[in-house]
Amino acid sequence: MLDPQDQMRFETLVLPHLDAAFNLARWLLRSGTDAEDAAQEAMLRAYRFFHGFRGGDVRAWLLQIVRNTCFTWMEKNRHGKDLSEFDEELHGSIGPTPESLAIAADNRGRLTQALESLPSRFREVIVLREIEGCSYKEIATVTSIPIGTVMSTLSRARRQLQLALNNPAKKEAIREL
Amino acid sequence: MSCNRTGTVLHGYFDSELDVLDASEFERHLEQCSDCVNALEALQSLRSSMNLTQLYEKAPAAFRRRVLASLGSGRSVAASFPSRTVWSWLAAAAAILVTVYLGVQLIASQRAGDYGTELAAEIVDAHLRSLQPGHLVDVVSTDQHTVKPWFDGKLDFSPPVHDFADQGFPLQGGRIDVVHGRTVAAVVYARRKHFVNVFIWPTNEKDSAPSSGARQGYQWTEWRKGGMEFCAVSDAAPSALEQLRSLLTSN
Repeated sequence: MLDPQDQMRFETLVLPHLDAAFNLARWLLRSGTDAEDAAQEAMLRAYRFFHGFRGGDVRAWLLQIVRNTCFTWMEKNRHGKDLSEFDEELHGSIGPTPESLAIAADNRGRLTQALESLPSRFREVIVLREIEGCSYKEIATVTSIPIGTVMSTLSRARRQLQLALNNPAKKEAIREL
Repeated sequence: MSCNRTGTVLHGYFDSELDVLDASEFERHLEQCSDCVNALEALQSLRSSMNLTQLYEKAPAAFRRRVLASLGSGRSVAASFPSRTVWSWLAAAAAILVTVYLGVQLIASQRAGDYGTELAAEIVDAHLRSLQPGHLVDVVSTDQHTVKPWFDGKLDFSPPVHDFADQGFPLQGGRIDVVHGRTVAAVVYARRKHFVNVFIWPTNEKDSAPSSGARQGYQWTEWRKGGMEFCAVSDAAPSALEQLRSLLTSN
């Protein structure tokens, strides 16, 4: 347990990032209820490890714990969910983007579906960059990707997301077979 | 997409992660490469749709309470005192005081954090709304002598309006917007392919140094000067916002 001083530091530094923790867990696990359990576990781990936190970017530190907890969670609870993950071959080549993406702006469901269809290593960089607003350095810390490859990982992830948004019908058609 | 930069450095540029040299080198490349221009537009459109659909999943209230309760159990220091001496009562009382103090601190810090976060969220939302077709400006003009008088009679204050075309920030126009429940002036500047919204409203607070942040991929900088509060927001590089801020504060 933390001494009162660390307890106070934990509450002022870490707790304000509870939304960020839940958001990342929600997108990594693709389920609100799983995310609650995993994010709570991650918060407890953060609480236990907090004594060893030596300052720096506390959000990145917490999100790293959340991310690792979620990946462990996914290992333990594989229900064949990964089968629904993105397969580039199913989506074919990319079409013109701006128009179709503008339609997606009205459609949260489509974006959610496309994002959830990405493999977790791509989904996490998109969520961290576009939804959580992390810098490349923070993304590197959270995901343990070398900072030099954050840019190329994001590039590939965005391309897959664009593909998934442009060709959802094709994917579903093949899934039904 | 045939240009190989669409898969690499373009993303660093889009995310404002290039250093100044690389960014200006890439901007020169953009002038001749339609592949990169198109790819950049597609990325911008992707980002806008993600922002507009508000994909951020906030922690549900019940979950938040559960987490706080589970961490709060670590705070019950009083329960671990075994002795029944006076000292233990004093210690227990001290523990209760500490707990109450921590609670007050927690609430205070959350409020302070919420205010900054709320303002940033509102500013970024207002910026996003303005990027919808036909919403950017109510008065379209690159002439400060057209834009400034336009605000007269629409606002109870007179916002500073300048054209900084020579410094790389041509004036685009102005509009009225609402931030924090009050009517504010929005003065729009262009920065290469980006738009910058500068929101301005009067304040009674003292001048302040700028504070900055990023949210949903947008940069914002906020400062107070001469009885006005300024908040600039854009997807341009942070250095560009800083440059515009220094232009605005020295004019």
